Amino acid sequence: MSRVGKSKEAEIKRINKELANIRSKFKGDKALDGYSKKKYVCKLLFIFLLGHDIDFGHMEAVNLLSSNKYTEKQIGYLFISVLVNSNSELIRLINNAIKNDLASRNPIFMCLALHCIANVGSREMAEAFASEIPKILVAGDTMDSVKQSAALCLLRLYKTSPDLVPMGEWTSRVVHLLNDQHLGVVTAATSLITCLSKKNPDEFKTCVSLAVSRLSRIVSSASTDLQDYTYYFVPAPWLSVKLLRLLQCYPPPEDTAVKGRLIECMETILNKAQEPPKSKKVQHSNAKNAILFEAISLIIHYDSEPNLLVRACNQLGQFLQHRETNLRYLALESMCLLAGSEFSHEAVKTHIETVINALKTERDVSVRQRAADLLYAMCDRTNAPQIVAEMLSYLETADYSIREEIVLKVAILAEKYAVDYTWYVDTILNLIRIAGDYVSEEVWYRVIQIVINRDDVQGYAAKTVFEALQAPACHENMVKVGGYILGEFGNLIAGDPRSSPLVQFNLLHSKFHLCSVPTRALLLSSYIKFVNLFPETKTTIQDVLRSDSQLRNSDVELQQRAVEYLKLSSIASTDVLATVLEEMPPFPERESSILAKLKKKKGPGTVTDMEEGKKEQTEVNGGVEPAVNASTVSTPSPSADLLGLKSAPAGGGSLLVDVFSDAVPATGALAPGSEDNFSRSLDLPGESPASLLVDATLGADTVTTVPAAGSEDPALPVPDADDLLNKFVCKNNGVLFENQLLQIGIKSEYRQNLGRMYLFFGNKTSVQFLNFTLNVSCPGELQNELNIQAKPVEPIVEGGAQVQQVINIECLSDFTEAPLLNIQFRYGGTVQNITLKLPITVNKFFQPTEMASEDFFQRWKQLSSPQQEAQKIFKANHPMDTEVTKAKLIGFGSALLQDVDPNRDNFVGAGVIHTKSIQVGCLLRLEPNSQAQMYRLTLRTSKEAVSKRLCALLSQQF
Amino acid sequence: MFLSLKSLIGNTGESNTVLLRGKMQFMLLFSRQGKLRLQKWYVPLSDKEKKKITRELVQTVLARKPKMCSFLEWRDLKIVYKRYASLYFCCAIEDQDNELITLEIIHRYVELLDKYFGSVCELDIIFNFEKAYFILDEFLLGGEVQETSKKNVLKAIEQADLLQEEAETPRSVLEEIGLT
Repeated sequence: MSRVGKSKEAEIKRINKELANIRSKFKGDKALDGYSKKKYVCKLLFIFLLGHDIDFGHMEAVNLLSSNKYTEKQIGYLFISVLVNSNSELIRLINNAIKNDLASRNPIFMCLALHCIANVGSREMAEAFASEIPKILVAGDTMDSVKQSAALCLLRLYKTSPDLVPMGEWTSRVVHLLNDQHLGVVTAATSLITCLSKKNPDEFKTCVSLAVSRLSRIVSSASTDLQDYTYYFVPAPWLSVKLLRLLQCYPPPEDTAVKGRLIECMETILNKAQEPPKSKKVQHSNAKNAILFEAISLIIHYDSEPNLLVRACNQLGQFLQHRETNLRYLALESMCLLAGSEFSHEAVKTHIETVINALKTERDVSVRQRAADLLYAMCDRTNAPQIVAEMLSYLETADYSIREEIVLKVAILAEKYAVDYTWYVDTILNLIRIAGDYVSEEVWYRVIQIVINRDDVQGYAAKTVFEALQAPACHENMVKVGGYILGEFGNLIAGDPRSSPLVQFNLLHSKFHLCSVPTRALLLSSYIKFVNLFPETKTTIQDVLRSDSQLRNSDVELQQRAVEYLKLSSIASTDVLATVLEEMPPFPERESSILAKLKKKKGPGTVTDMEEGKKEQTEVNGGVEPAVNASTVSTPSPSADLLGLKSAPAGGGSLLVDVFSDAVPATGALAPGSEDNFSRSLDLPGESPASLLVDATLGADTVTTVPAAGSEDPALPVPDADDLLNKFVCKNNGVLFENQLLQIGIKSEYRQNLGRMYLFFGNKTSVQFLNFTLNVSCPGELQNELNIQAKPVEPIVEGGAQVQQVINIECLSDFTEAPLLNIQFRYGGTVQNITLKLPITVNKFFQPTEMASEDFFQRWKQLSSPQQEAQKIFKANHPMDTEVTKAKLIGFGSALLQDVDPNRDNFVGAGVIHTKSIQVGCLLRLEPNSQAQMYRLTLRTSKEAVSKRLCALLSQQF
Repeated sequence: MFLSLKSLIGNTGESNTVLLRGKMQFMLLFSRQGKLRLQKWYVPLSDKEKKKITRELVQTVLARKPKMCSFLEWRDLKIVYKRYASLYFCCAIEDQDNELITLEIIHRYVELLDKYFGSVCELDIIFNFEKAYFILDEFLLGGEVQETSKKNVLKAIEQADLLQEEAETPRSVLEEIGLT
């Protein structure tokens, strides 16, 4: 193997040669004997497993299946199992061979055939064999080994195509396999029965008592009784786990004798955990504990035996401090479920200190994650302050990957268990302070919602945000919350001269210039609310609104708000003003969108379990509406509408329109933070039609017309087309594609929205390529986004010769897909048909832009609506070398800006993408974390699709 | 109480996609250098998807430190892995499945290889890959444990070996390709 390691290229060369050799053997006139066929099929398999693609030899492998030499048949089946995808032509031939082997009554051949069905498991196979295999399974004269394979084979087919497996009298006989003398047969049959029981519990009900008695016999047997089925002194661990799993498909047994026996089993298992180990080997304790954890799962599933639940909890408590990381992890995981049971919830809570300690000291992030999950699950009103405080302090050092989730958990717990809403407000503001970047809209919307709905906390909230805003640097989310709350309830603290109206206003306005457009818009609305709340601030605020930086702001939304608010403040009477700017009405109660978000993040199962499983309606804020009670949910609303932004406050919207007649277009609600207006106006440029393009002719003598959309695709791109595409994102020249016959080189250059690409097609063989045709197409939308003209090429490429094709490209608007290049030619007797993605990506139309640090961050903030940003956190695929990264970013097309980011390890870039219809300004920031071998990439551009596409392209490069 | 919950989840998740999922989803063997030595897929996936999963997973597992937990959450699956000398054995199982017993599935497979080859090493698996697959098929079928008795598994393989007519081995195959 040493030579393999030495040079990848040499290996590829060697393998290509070998493949050509095998191909010629298979194609040759001389019929190959079985031995040679087997040898070459085996070689192909080996080459495939080295990671190379294999596109021939299937037929030869199928031929081997009908050999009556065992080893030839075996290799044939292996090849089919590893390499066959549902190629219907072949499947028919394969099925034929399988049919013969199943009918052969030779157990070794039958097993091979059954393994093949189980490995491929396609629908065609289910159609052919689903009714045959049950017969084999229950036939009296079937060998044990065949029964085992038949059971698992049937299981696989049932999973693929349940409709094709007929239930019938065989089902009762399958259940009785649980009584079989051969433990291997029982092991295989239990898996099948478990799967069938899930789907048809009634039909298989009798399996419960059989499974209990089998389990009981195993659990009570001495460690040597089961001979080869004993594993490191543990009798039949795999079978025990499977039986316990099967029992979890059913409720506790009704028959008291059966139930008694089962409870005895679980007690025995729990007792054994306390016995001294019979061996020091980890295999012994793993096997023993595997059974223990499965028994605990069953106990939790039944949730009816308080005694067992508490014992389980105590056992897991011991594991929490075990020296094996694996056991600590599993104990935390399993305890999460116990916390959901009313019988063991209290017992779980006694371990709170250990779990908090785990959160702080575990060295493996996956274990810390489990600890955080468990704290969340064991939280109730008695320990909420402690748990929330611990989670908050953990947040300061938490791994980036789980911060957002922790933020959501804290927000949910704080709301759910708030006795005192001042605590809730403090907690959320702390959350913003500690991890502002990870506080999603849902979280800060929710705190505002709750403050508006609860008048006992409004004064405290106003005071607290006012204090929080005193900090010289506060997170933008804090400014948003502060702006909104002071705009509504600033009057509640205005009596204190230290927070007089003008002081409040000046404090808010001191943050204005550091904020992004949406936040500024929100602040403008707060200002107009101030005008209503505090008439004495009117002139100051009017001055601000009147200033050039507002009235002539380049942002349409800000300008519009400034104009309207200024007018409103000067012409509307106090009554009108008071009506328009009335305090926001309480929000209708609905499901916390935060909870919805956490559910989405964690998958439906986990969170619902906890929320609904806890059965503690009494705990849910004793009747206070902002409950997180998921069952009262009407319809989850899109998060943007949480504040009722889409429907203007009563009368407000229409009144505005009246005041200004048709001088201004109808505006959205007056409520601060209405962001949909922004995105709409920002999106506008992108919608400009691309029809002008038709006129654009780049080169003069264009002949090959680009096929219009709707023309049939010549072929699907080669499987790794995307990889090829990614290879060229940061460079313009190189080898695009190579196989045994053909090499394609590429050279390209771009300026503004135009590009020219030279493709070189080299014939690597000594034989002519005939009917050589090239076709470039733009699938779907792309035809409106790119204008591509390709010059035709000569239809013959001599052996060893090279032809060149020139392609002119005009970028009409931003795009996501890549154009397809289809190559067809005749080589020898066969038509070759290759489709590749042409490496034309939107970043090719970048023009770098230099800018200073303050400009950068100013623009960065302007592009802060969620649609404008795309972000990805990903693992490094290559060594994290600063110089290489720089070169790649420059190759990507943006300018690399020096001394902009305060963190010198980070990279920032800026540029403009030129298209015929619009220009899109793009900012990017790449933050490497060499310790974690991760990157975080953030793209902000004025167009959502561009942000996403650039982010996707660039994140593949490191 | 949990009963009702389970049945609720069961009802909503009763679609074919859930049924399609096997116990074990796949097993991968790879070297410390990240070279894939054996792959067994128990769910239908495209080659592209398989390559992507392999790449991601090899990277994730190789980046982990020795004392870390043998289990990790990955996408919506659980990964159970263990290192034996230069080889990593890595299984993907579903959320509800038993991690510890999976760890011992890996160990039993290693024992089977060891017994068959006589102190197995990475090279045995490279040169006799077909045997490694045959042994695996006897032990695990369709992602489920078929036969846990070491004797019975090896008996099946040895029976087959007796039927081997010619004395050629895959080693000679490799030599012919020139990769040895």
